[in-house]
Amino acid sequence: MPQDREIAIDVRDAVKRYGTFAALKRISLTIRDNEFFTLLGPSGCGKTTLLRMIAGFEDVTEGAIYLYGEALDTLPPYKRPVNTVFQNYALFPHMNVLENVGFGLEMLGKSKAEARARAGEALEMVQLSQFASRKPSQLSGGQQQRVALARALAPRPRVLLLDEPLSALDLKLRKSMQVELKHLQRETGITFIFVTHDQEEALTMSDRIAVMSEGELQQLGEAREIYERPRNVFVADFIGDTNLMEVTVDKVSGGRAQCHLGGGHSLTCDAVDGVEAGARVHMSLRPERLFLSAQPAEPGSLPGTVRETIYIGTDIATIVDLEDGPQFTVRSSNSTRGNARVFEPGQNVAVNMETGAARLLAD
Amino acid sequence: MAGGAAPGGSVQSETYREARLWLLLPAWVTLGLLTLAPLMIMLVYSFLTKEFRGGVIWEFSLGAYDQFFFDRGLFGDDAPKIEWTYIGIFWRSIWQAGVATILSLLIGFPTAYFIATRPQRQRALWVFLVTIPYWVNLLIRTVSMKFLLRDEGPLNDGLMALGVISEPLGIVNTNLAVQLGLFYSYLPFMVLPIYAAVERYNFALSEAAADLYAPRWTVLRRVLLPAVKPGIVAGCILVFVPSLGSFLAPDLLGGAKNFMIGSLIEEQFKGNAGNWPFGAAASMILLSMVLILLIFSARQSQKGGA
Ligand SMILES: Nc1ncnc2c1ncn2[C@@H]1O[C@H](COP(=O)(O)OP(=O)(O)OP(=O)(O)O)[C@@H](O)[C@H]1O
Ligand SMILES: [Mg+2]
Repeated sequence: MPQDREIAIDVRDAVKRYGTFAALKRISLTIRDNEFFTLLGPSGCGKTTLLRMIAGFEDVTEGAIYLYGEALDTLPPYKRPVNTVFQNYALFPHMNVLENVGFGLEMLGKSKAEARARAGEALEMVQLSQFASRKPSQLSGGQQQRVALARALAPRPRVLLLDEPLSALDLKLRKSMQVELKHLQRETGITFIFVTHDQEEALTMSDRIAVMSEGELQQLGEAREIYERPRNVFVADFIGDTNLMEVTVDKVSGGRAQCHLGGGHSLTCDAVDGVEAGARVHMSLRPERLFLSAQPAEPGSLPGTVRETIYIGTDIATIVDLEDGPQFTVRSSNSTRGNARVFEPGQNVAVNMETGAARLLAD
Repeated sequence: MAGGAAPGGSVQSETYREARLWLLLPAWVTLGLLTLAPLMIMLVYSFLTKEFRGGVIWEFSLGAYDQFFFDRGLFGDDAPKIEWTYIGIFWRSIWQAGVATILSLLIGFPTAYFIATRPQRQRALWVFLVTIPYWVNLLIRTVSMKFLLRDEGPLNDGLMALGVISEPLGIVNTNLAVQLGLFYSYLPFMVLPIYAAVERYNFALSEAAADLYAPRWTVLRRVLLPAVKPGIVAGCILVFVPSLGSFLAPDLLGGAKNFMIGSLIEEQFKGNAGNWPFGAAASMILLSMVLILLIFSARQSQKGGA
């Protein structure tokens, strides 16, 4: 992704307080033009609040937000070239689907005929053309969500805000809508700011992800970066499954850190800034980056005993107790082609790791 | 309750139906005694012949309706001309009640909106405040209104003290006084249903409209008003209907010139001078007008409703 792309939204030191409660604690981030940007975080972390500030429904307690270089603070919501897909749809109950979708175009001063035509196109995009004359109350939750999407897309805003737009859909429709949204974003060139608390959804759809927690930005980066180089315990734990354990750093030299896990087990991994010898820190090991082999253990691997084997469908997870040490989950793909062997509970095994599987977390 | 194929089921529904009939009996009796019976009495009386000292002679007659609509001269044998007196009174009543309704709507809607947008805890207090004047008898309130509006009253004194006017406005005994009186009498009936509707309104809809480039007034007109329309229609009916038949406000505030249909009817049943069939006929005409209005507005709110 080119770094010099125009900046669509620039949030600078934004603080949002409700009375004494700080919903957002000094957030700064930039969202690039034509980007699929995701705000990811657990419920109540302030995702909706940030979106509402961009849309203009909440004022910014401190700091500022810029839209294509223009300060937003004096611009009322109806003058911002930003549309929202609301978390609870907010479709107009007294208008039919087509009127709902055409509303924004009509407000922009388009002729009735043009508004209808373009609303029809938007409905086609979300495959709801046959429901054009229905009232929102006559649609299922998922269909309403798609109408909300069409309504926000129809005026072709520069930035589209999507607040958990897929949460009402079943898994299958959700997956196909994810692909559809991604496609729509690329096709229209509109900047998408997408809110979700589903980490898998965030990883599959986004150009970049901002991970938030309790009103603070935890990490911002591309999916791969966030998944593979989480900056702290929260990110490592929230994104994907991981083996999270406390370790003591014995020695740091040559960009490598030697740590011990307790019970005499130790391993070496990449050093990170701010972690010195003697520190007690967290380490994250992704289960799919580990693999098992029969004992006797080779040098560098960790000996243990299988406690449980769990069948997940695509994968098989094996839980291994290290002797006097921590517990590990190891995940291998459920395929006969690979060399993955399924071990039985009670068997002695060795836990091996790919290079870079273990990651130290500064905080 | 479609006739079930299973005999057990139909037996059950039979007893259920019977029980339901018995349980509904009190409602039917109440409705019959309190609503239908008086109406029927009115209807029958309106087709009877008048007795000169009030009361009726049991003899069928269209005289009451004839008197309402036609003028047949002093001795009743001229060629019939349209009688404008009563139609005029009717028309004035509609006009007065209409103005009072519009006034109530103009004041009542912002009031209701204000209350509905207060924090949850304050709302009950505001509603309570709106209803406080209604703990006082309507007669006393109307007399107080007269006191407020009369030439030596606080309104004129105040405006003159402020130098806005140099002479009293002379509001009492005008149409305006009646309109103000009716407005004040029935304002809460406008505020409360609109308040209930606005409170149920999902304000995210206003946000969605603003998000889609609608300025404030457009949001109000295109989204809020249609959504709360049933409350507005209810409020208008609740103010218009009693205003139409009201006699206290026109009597006390309007003086003899500004007679309304309520006073006309009241007069027919007061003392010995009245004409019962004529009063009953005027009531029936009033009732049919109200019914037409109700049916029309029910249609309207069905069309617009959520
Ligand atoms: N009007 C308000 N007054 C007080 N606190 C509020 C208000 N709106 C939101 N909050 C608080 O701000 C925090 C962030 O809320 P927000 O709606 O942004 O969360 P979210 O990340 O969107 O969560 P979810 O995933 O559940 O939608 C929450 O703790 C919430 O209780
Ligand atoms: Mg939210």
